[in-house]
Amino acid sequence: MINALPLVLAAIAAWLAIGALGLVRPRNLIYVGRVLFTTGALIGLLLAIVALLALGQVGQTVVLPLGLPDLPFHLRLDALSAFFLFLLGATAAGISVFSAGYFRASEGAAPGLLCLQYHTFLAAMACVLIADDAYIFMVAWETMALASFFLVTTDHRIPEIRRAGFLYLLIAHIGALAILLCFGVLQGETGDYTFDAMRSVTLQAAWPSIAFLLALAGFGAKAGLLPLHVWLPEAHPAAPSPVSALMSGVMLKTAIYGLLRVTFDLLAGQLWWWGVLALVLGLATALFGVLFATVQTDMKRLLAYSSIENIGIIVAGIGLTILFKSYDKTLLAAIALTATLYHALNHAFFKSLLFLATGSVLHATKERSLGKLGGLIHRMPWVAWLALAGTLACAGLPPLNGFVSEWLLLQAFLFTPSLPRSFINMLVPLAAAALVLAAALGAYVMVKFYGVIFLGRPREPNLAYAHDAGRFERVALVWFAAGCLLLGLFPVQVIGLVDAVNALLLGATVSRPGMSWWLLAPIDADRASYSPVIVLVVTVGVLLLTIQVVHRQYHGRLRRGPVWDCGFPAQTPRMQDTAEGFGQPIRQIFEQFFRIERMLPTPFDAQPRYFVKAGDHLWYWLYLPVARAAEWMARLVARIQQGRISAYLMYSFLTLLALLFFVR
Amino acid sequence: MTAASFVSQLLQLAIALLLAPLLLGWVNQCRAWLQNKSAPSLLLPYRTIRKLFHKDAVVAENASPIFRITPYIVFSAMALAAAIVPSLATDLPFAVAADAIALVGLFALARVFIALAAMDLGTAFGSMGARREMFVGFLAEPALLMVLFTASLISGSTLLPTIVETLAHREIAIYPSLAFAGVAFTMVSLAENARIPVDNPATHLELTMIHEAMLLEYSARHLALIEWASALKLFNYSCIGLALFFPYGIAGASEDWLAILVATPVLIGKLVIGGFSLALIETLSAKMRIFRAPEFLGTAFLLAVLGMLVNLLLGS
Repeated sequence: MINALPLVLAAIAAWLAIGALGLVRPRNLIYVGRVLFTTGALIGLLLAIVALLALGQVGQTVVLPLGLPDLPFHLRLDALSAFFLFLLGATAAGISVFSAGYFRASEGAAPGLLCLQYHTFLAAMACVLIADDAYIFMVAWETMALASFFLVTTDHRIPEIRRAGFLYLLIAHIGALAILLCFGVLQGETGDYTFDAMRSVTLQAAWPSIAFLLALAGFGAKAGLLPLHVWLPEAHPAAPSPVSALMSGVMLKTAIYGLLRVTFDLLAGQLWWWGVLALVLGLATALFGVLFATVQTDMKRLLAYSSIENIGIIVAGIGLTILFKSYDKTLLAAIALTATLYHALNHAFFKSLLFLATGSVLHATKERSLGKLGGLIHRMPWVAWLALAGTLACAGLPPLNGFVSEWLLLQAFLFTPSLPRSFINMLVPLAAAALVLAAALGAYVMVKFYGVIFLGRPREPNLAYAHDAGRFERVALVWFAAGCLLLGLFPVQVIGLVDAVNALLLGATVSRPGMSWWLLAPIDADRASYSPVIVLVVTVGVLLLTIQVVHRQYHGRLRRGPVWDCGFPAQTPRMQDTAEGFGQPIRQIFEQFFRIERMLPTPFDAQPRYFVKAGDHLWYWLYLPVARAAEWMARLVARIQQGRISAYLMYSFLTLLALLFFVR
Repeated sequence: MTAASFVSQLLQLAIALLLAPLLLGWVNQCRAWLQNKSAPSLLLPYRTIRKLFHKDAVVAENASPIFRITPYIVFSAMALAAAIVPSLATDLPFAVAADAIALVGLFALARVFIALAAMDLGTAFGSMGARREMFVGFLAEPALLMVLFTASLISGSTLLPTIVETLAHREIAIYPSLAFAGVAFTMVSLAENARIPVDNPATHLELTMIHEAMLLEYSARHLALIEWASALKLFNYSCIGLALFFPYGIAGASEDWLAILVATPVLIGKLVIGGFSLALIETLSAKMRIFRAPEFLGTAFLLAVLGMLVNLLLGS
C-alpha cells in the first residue's frame, strides 16, 4: 500500500518546475534537451510506476487549499484515473526522451519555451485525470488546450499552421463549453460542483440524457469524433512530431477518460440508446477516418486520420459497454470496456511510435509529403525497423498489440445476441461488419504508409543523404516498439490490470482465478481463446526451422543482380506507386464520400500537370455554412455600430431603461 | 492435451504440407481436362518447387531484408494456419492458440508482408501488385470474418474445433444462414487464392495480374517457398470450407486412432471433389476487370452479413 496521490502531485509539480527551469537558459540545447527533457522523461516513468501500483487500491482523495477562497481543489485517484495516468506516464516518458534529441535551435520558438509549454501540457493532462471537482477539471482542461495550442503553433510564421491552430482552439472551446454545460446539468440544483456531490444527485426525467449528450459532444470534440473532427487532421501535421505524438497518443485519451468518467461514474444509470448512439457514431467515425487516411499524401495527416479511426473504434467500444451495462450484462460490459481501455493503451503506444518515426524522417529529409520519400529502410534502418512494429500493430496484425484489443472487441460483439431488443441484436452484427471493414482498411493504410516511406526506391535524389535517428530518438522508438510487442504478447497480464477499472465502473471482472498466463480466454476456454505467445513462438520456430532446412538440404547461395521488372529496361523511381496512386482504388470505389478536385492535363499541354485533392464534404456542408451564418450575423450586428458617441450613449440609455423595466 | 493429440496435430500438419502442392496439381489437371488441353503431370508442382530449391537465388541489388525474410514469414504463417484448421481431427493442441479471428489475422499478416515485399524494390509492377492485393484483401478479409462469425454464432464459439464439433453433430439439413455463408465463402476463396474470376493464376499478362505481379522479382528458394505457401493457402481455405460446410468425417475429440486413419482418405476424397469444382468454376467464368472486383467481393460481404442476420432472425 503506497500513498500514491501525493506522489502524483509531486510528479505534476516537478513537471511544472522543469517547464519553468526551461526559461532560465531557453536557447541552450544541451541544458534544455539533455537535462530537462530527460528528467521529465524520468518523472513520466516514475508516474507510470506509481499509477501501476495505485491501480489495485481504493480511491484516495485530497483537498488542496488552492484556487479561489472557499473553492478548494478536490483531487482523487481511483482505478480509472490510475489507468490513464499510467498511459500518460509511460507515453510521456518515451516522447520526452525523443524530444531530448529532437528539438533544434534554429527552428521556430526557443527550445526553452517549448520545454515550458510541453511540460505544462503534461502537468495539465495529469491534473485532468485526478480532478475531483468540475472547477479544477475545467481549469486543467483549458490549460491543456492552451498549452497544446501554443505547441501546435510552434512554427507560427507559416499561415497554414496559424490557421490550424485557430481551428483547433475554436473547436476545443466549443467542446469545453459543452463540458461546462454538462457539469452544470450534473450538479442538479445543489450548486455543489464536486464530483462526489454529482454522484449522489439523482437527475430527473431527460436530464441524464442531456448530460450524456453534452458529454459526448464536448469530449467528442476533443477526441475527434464526427462531425467535430476537422481540427485533428489540421493540427496534428502542424505540430512538431513529439507534440503530435503526445496529442494523438495521450490528449485524445483524456477525452475518452472524461467520457468514461461522466458516463459510468457521475451518472447513476445508463440508457440503452446512449450505447446505440455512441456505437453508431464511433463506427461512422472509424470508417470515415480510415477512408480519408487511404487517400492522404502527407504522412502526418495520414496518421491523424488513422487516429480518428482508432478513436472511433474506442468510442464504439464505449457504446457497446453502455449497451451491455444498460441491460445489466456486466460481464459482457466488462469485456467491452476491457477492449476499449486496452485499445486506448495500444493506440497510445503504436501511434506515438509512428508519429515519432515520422519526426525522425522529417528531420532526416525535411520532407512530409509521401510523394517525395521512399527507400528509407536503407538509409534509416533503425527508424524503419522499429516503425515496422508500429505499422504492424496499427494494422491490427497478430501477435502485436493492435490485434488483441480488436480481437476482444469482436468477441464482445459476438456475445451480443442475448439482448432483449431484437433490433439491437440486428444492429450489432452490422456494427461488427463495419468494425472489421475499418480494421481491414486500416491494414491497407498502413501498407501504404510503410511501403511508400521506407520501401521502394528514393523518389528524390537528396534522400541519399538522409541520416538515421540519433541516440535519444532510438531509445524512444525502442521503448514504444517494445511496448507494442509486450502489450501484444501478454494480454492476460494487461487485462489483470484493466480489471481494476472494470471492478470500479461495472462491478465485474474479466479475469477469473485459474486462468493460465499464456492463454487469453475471456469467458471460458471453450468459447474463444487466443495465445499470442504460442503464435509468435510457433511462427518464429517454423521460420527458423525452414531457413535451416532449406539451407542444409539445398544451399544458401545468393546472387545480387539488377531489378528485373518483367525485363522493362528504362525504370525510374517515379514509376513506383505514389501515395495518390496507392490510394486510387479506394478513392474510386468510395468516390461519393470524398469531395474530389481534379486537374487532368490535356494532350496538348506543354507542361502537363496533374493533381487530385480529396476534400471533406462535412467541411462544405456543415462548417462553411455555419461560418457564413456567423459572418452574416456579425454584419447585422455591425449595423448598430455607428461610430458616433451620441448613438452609443443612446444604446446605454435604452439598455438601462430595459433593465430597469425587468428588475423593477 | 495428451500425447495422442500432439501426434494427430503433427500428422495433420505434415499431411497439409505434403498434400498442398498435390491439390494444386489436381486443380490444374482438372482445368486442363475441362478446357480440352493436354494436362500437365499431377506432380508438376512438386517438381517445380524442387527445381526452384536447387537454383541460385538472385536478389535485386536494392532489396532490403524484408524482401528476403518475407517468403519465410508467409510460409510459417500458412503452416501455422494449417495446424489450426481442423482438417483431420478436432483434438488439436495448437488450435487454442488462435481461434477463427486470429486465423484471419494470420492470413492478413502474410498478405501485409507479401505486399510490403512487393513494394520493396520500387518496381512499377511490384507496387501495382501490392496495391491490388491489398485492394482485394480489404473486402475479402471482412467477408471471411463474417462467414466465420455466422458459424461462431451457431456453435457459440470462435474456436474452429468447437465449431466443427457442433456443426458435425447437427441434423443434416440445409441451413439458410450457412447457405448464404457458403456462397460468400466460395467467392472469398476465389479472390483470396488469386483464382478466376478475380485473378488468373496462369497469367503473366502484365496488366491483368494481381498476385503474380508481386512475385515477379522472386527466384529460387524464395519463389519455391512462396509457391508452396500459396498452395498451402489454397489447401487451408479448402479445409476451412470443408470444416464449415461439410464437417463430416473429421475425427472428433473423443474418438480414437482409427478415426484419424479414416479421416485421411475422407479428406482426400473431399478435396478431390472440391478441387474439381474449383476447376469447373474457373472454366465456366471469365476474368473480370479489376474494378468489377469490389462488386464481386462486396456481394460476398453482403451475403456473409445476410447469413449472420438470417441466423439471428431465424435462429438457424
